[in-house]
Amino acid sequence: MESIILFAPLLGALLCGFGWRIMGETAAQSVSTALLFIACALSWIVFLGFDGEPRFTHVLPWIESGSLATDWAIRLDRLTAIMLVVITTVSALVHLYSFGYMAHDENFDEEKESYRPRFFAYLSFFTFAMLMLVTADNLAQMFFGWEGVGLASYLLIGFYFRKPSANAAAIKAFIVNRVGDFGFALGIFALFFMVDSISFTDVFAAAPELAEREVTFLWTTWPAIELVCFLLFVGAMGKSAQFILHTWLPDAMEGPTPVSALIHAATMVTAGVFLVCRMSPLMEFADWTQSFIVYIGAITAFFAATVGLVQNDIKRVIAYSTCSQLGYMFVAAGVGVYSVAMFHLFTHAFFKGMLFLGAGSVITRMHHEQDMRNYGGLRTKMPYTFWAMMIGTLAITGVGIPLTGIGFAGFLSKDAVIESTFAGGTDAASFAFVALVVAAAFTSFYSWRLLFMTFYGEPRGDMHAHAHVHESPASMVAPLGALALGAVFAGMVWYKPFFGSEQRVEEWFGIAKGEDHAQVLMMGAAHAADEQDDSSGEDHDAGEAALPGQGAIYMAPDNHVLHDAHYVPVWVKLSPFFAMLIGFALAFLFYVRRTDLPAKLAASQAPLYQFLLNKWYFDELYEHALVRPAKAVGRFLWRRGDLGAIDGILNGVAMGVVPFFTRLAGRAQSGYIFTYAFWMVLGILVFITWMTIAGGR
Amino acid sequence: MLLDSLLSIITFVPLIGAAILALFLRGDDAPARRNAKYVALAATCTSLLASLILLAAFDPEETGFQFVEEGEWILGLTYKMGVDGLSVLFVMLTTFLMPITILACWDVTHRVKEYMISFLVLETLMLGVFCALDLVLFYLFFEGGLIPMFLIIGIWGGKDRIYAAFKFFLYTFLGSVLMLVAMIAMYVDAGTTDIVALLGHNFGSETMEIMGFHVLGGFQTLLWLAFFASFAVKMPMWPVHTWLPDAHVQAPTAGSVILAAVLLKMGGYGFLRFSIPMFPVASSLLADFVLWLSAIAIVYTSLVALMQEDIKKLIAYSSVAHMGFVTAGIFSANQQGVDGAIFQMLSHGFISGALFLCVGVVYDRMHTREIDAYGGLVNRMPIYAAVFMLFTMANVGLPGTSGFVGEFLTLVGMYQANTWVCAVAATGVILSAAYALWLYRRVVMGELVKESLRSITDMNRREQAIFAPLVVMTILLGVYPSLVTDIVGPSVGALLDGYGEAVAQYGGTTQVAQHGGH
Repeated sequence: MESIILFAPLLGALLCGFGWRIMGETAAQSVSTALLFIACALSWIVFLGFDGEPRFTHVLPWIESGSLATDWAIRLDRLTAIMLVVITTVSALVHLYSFGYMAHDENFDEEKESYRPRFFAYLSFFTFAMLMLVTADNLAQMFFGWEGVGLASYLLIGFYFRKPSANAAAIKAFIVNRVGDFGFALGIFALFFMVDSISFTDVFAAAPELAEREVTFLWTTWPAIELVCFLLFVGAMGKSAQFILHTWLPDAMEGPTPVSALIHAATMVTAGVFLVCRMSPLMEFADWTQSFIVYIGAITAFFAATVGLVQNDIKRVIAYSTCSQLGYMFVAAGVGVYSVAMFHLFTHAFFKGMLFLGAGSVITRMHHEQDMRNYGGLRTKMPYTFWAMMIGTLAITGVGIPLTGIGFAGFLSKDAVIESTFAGGTDAASFAFVALVVAAAFTSFYSWRLLFMTFYGEPRGDMHAHAHVHESPASMVAPLGALALGAVFAGMVWYKPFFGSEQRVEEWFGIAKGEDHAQVLMMGAAHAADEQDDSSGEDHDAGEAALPGQGAIYMAPDNHVLHDAHYVPVWVKLSPFFAMLIGFALAFLFYVRRTDLPAKLAASQAPLYQFLLNKWYFDELYEHALVRPAKAVGRFLWRRGDLGAIDGILNGVAMGVVPFFTRLAGRAQSGYIFTYAFWMVLGILVFITWMTIAGGR
Repeated sequence: MLLDSLLSIITFVPLIGAAILALFLRGDDAPARRNAKYVALAATCTSLLASLILLAAFDPEETGFQFVEEGEWILGLTYKMGVDGLSVLFVMLTTFLMPITILACWDVTHRVKEYMISFLVLETLMLGVFCALDLVLFYLFFEGGLIPMFLIIGIWGGKDRIYAAFKFFLYTFLGSVLMLVAMIAMYVDAGTTDIVALLGHNFGSETMEIMGFHVLGGFQTLLWLAFFASFAVKMPMWPVHTWLPDAHVQAPTAGSVILAAVLLKMGGYGFLRFSIPMFPVASSLLADFVLWLSAIAIVYTSLVALMQEDIKKLIAYSSVAHMGFVTAGIFSANQQGVDGAIFQMLSHGFISGALFLCVGVVYDRMHTREIDAYGGLVNRMPIYAAVFMLFTMANVGLPGTSGFVGEFLTLVGMYQANTWVCAVAATGVILSAAYALWLYRRVVMGELVKESLRSITDMNRREQAIFAPLVVMTILLGVYPSLVTDIVGPSVGALLDGYGEAVAQYGGTTQVAQHGGH
């Protein structure tokens, strides 16, 4: 079953990408979409019927060299199962949605260019790569998926290949991700160096031992586990657009909107969170890195939310919102409640996917206008889209009834994140708690701002566009409806297994909690001894205390954050709710009641406004600090190094031999060359003859 | 009978083809040209078929030499050929690429017969390098390969071909002279030119005093340095790489393909055949030196590639960077590093060959290699854009293509040898994405605005047929690299076992010597 889920999208991509000339464009699109829906249905069957016990399917050997042996294999555990439904559901709906969205595109000449099969093939290929990422049972295969989704992202961001901005954004996304991959790759190498394997089973089993070990890397020695976790997290930062490596994500909005929904909101950008959760058996032992993750997550959540406050491009607002929400997920993972990180990832996929698809619906009807200042009053003209966006906004801002567990998906998952963070208890967690609550207020503000600017008030901008606005076709509205179900109910239905009930969480993720740390270490040692006798290494007795690598996630015996999170003070539980109310009230005041206020505030706080509008000037900083110096150094090495120094020395050593030949070139005819060649042969023969005769015979 | 002289058949069939052309083909009219091409194609294809038999009959578990042929030869020299896991795939690479190369110069009209003869002779010499088991034979093939390549650049090359040809020749020849001296010294020391015997010979590694310098590793170090001078130029390694961009830019497309795909691998093969097994002590003493040169090469040439204005030059610099992974992998001296180095060489053969062919496709149409002369090709050439994309991604080492496996394994190897080198080299992964994607964007993406490009045509059937096998190999090796590592692995294991023993022994003796001194 897992194999079908995995390979159906690949088949779809190939059939659609290469077969459309034979079967026609519409048929090609339909085939890839149908295959995705099959994968989606099977994923839900797997997800609902999964018993929590990890299982493995071997497909083919991959890179094998000495003790390094990696396979193409499928690991199915709870984390994978969750990701399977997220990926295939959003992907299937996005495929369907793209029928409508891509039906007419002014970037292409419809008569001559068949851009649609290409688009669908890329989407399906992306889905395949993403599934490879989450089903990997070793780090190399995960890296395949990791880079594969990067390629798909690159191709889809640059889908409008005539637009310079799209091309630039595509390259930026790829290269910034490569910076992250640089860390990821080094992490893999370090793990292989120490564990002599990069399969998850072996690596996790070695975690307690790594926690005791020190290792030399670059200039000094490091605690082994911290080094590995930190390097892997650098990879996660790139893929999930965390602070410092976040700059590619807003630019990635150059791609068609379905792409933004699928790749840059629901799935690919959450791969970093998935990686941290997947690596929980290692992360649990890496306290320093965990704090670092919390700080980075909290800063990202706050930073991106501030930038989102002032953006006018509807997609950019949602992009920064995504960036910010990813920060929430990382904070949850960083404080050690991986199930909550996955919870927010899960619900976020639904409501953020829906917000993007809703935005896309607006954008197509407004003739590809993306500036919210030119929207307004669309509520009655696009009622379905409006209600979808309303549900999405209610979900992301976290609307619900406090202290009851009744509310939109985002309400439950975001509150779970914030409560867990408070329960985290460390300095990093305290900092993150404040940052996340403030960010929650900002989230509420910009989300409602988006809704008010788009759907309320009077139409602004090009009245011609407004006059023709009508609701999008069914193929675009239907996916919105499906995602709306998720945005409303996903939180309430799965609250307990993700967060609500400790016991359910443990069952669901297959966690068996141990007694204390020392015992686990002992078990780890015993386990290592076992391994030498029994090399299969996969089937331990389930009754024993938890070992890293059993079940989908691992929580160290001294990790009580999940437990403590249920007993935080009431004011903590209420804080995100009030933050949401404040944000809503301000947005209502600014964009419905007193629409003159935003401009006045922007004018009176001009430096701050510019700072936020220009995204804290990160692009400018990188341009001047990295891109230009790299080019300058490249030019210098070429002109001064290669042409100046090296060729200069060569010419000097050869005492003008080369210039002499260059002069000769004027006269040289092909005949001369043969003469030279003849002398060369003769020279070599003389050498050899001399050698054989004089060489000692 | 066939199997007994299989290597000679593979190696000399192209030479026979060349002889037929030289002796029997007269005239320079269209039918004669066509015949020349068909003879060349037939000869290279025969060689390819014979090499497929070789591959099928090759036993990967056997780490010694197979298909050994030995016999008397002129001047009292010995003719000895044979392959092992280290060399057999280079034979395959060469025979696989030659028919493609011949097809790639199908439209050449200038001195076609001589052109074909040059390529056929070159193929024989290249194959000879990988098969030769006698020092003199090896040297003959190794240096002889210079001549046809020199001719190909010098006669069928671009505007500044003479300068490039002589630069190429001077660089490589200066290195070879030192290697020749070293070979004579080896002969004097060991009393044989048989490579198999030399592999078993113990060259002295006692510290020598030369002009007041203590030379660790002694005789081995001197020999190692002499060979290094030759192989480093051939690779090419930084800082003796500057001949390569010029040679590539001036060489005709088919010449570039062979130069990048096969000739550059001779240096790497040399390190594996001579430096590591014959001079293990010197190799281990100088490993860090090579690792650092490689790391510098990767970063340096990647940065230089970033700023190139000529497509071919950019790809040439990219080749130097990729060869940096090879040398670093070899001198990591562990299974992953060496496996990866060999894999990287083979993979680079397909990928760089394809990239130079990609340049050739547009050069044939527009007669310029300036990046600025292009832009928006995707509008008129969708198939070309797709093919170029695939090889660009393979060049940046995307998993799923063969480029990834080589880089990944060599980096795994480097990490075990020296984390600094690994970290510096790994930045090449970022830089390669930068220069390769930027090139692709400037050439292929965007609006098609240049008037001269308005009527450019997409790849024709012949061109598509040329790329098809390269596409297949790049993806096949990326998805199922065991095809290579299964064949290479055992021989590399044996190579490293011998290396490890020799180094350990040396470590033991020097410790004893130090203790004795106290």
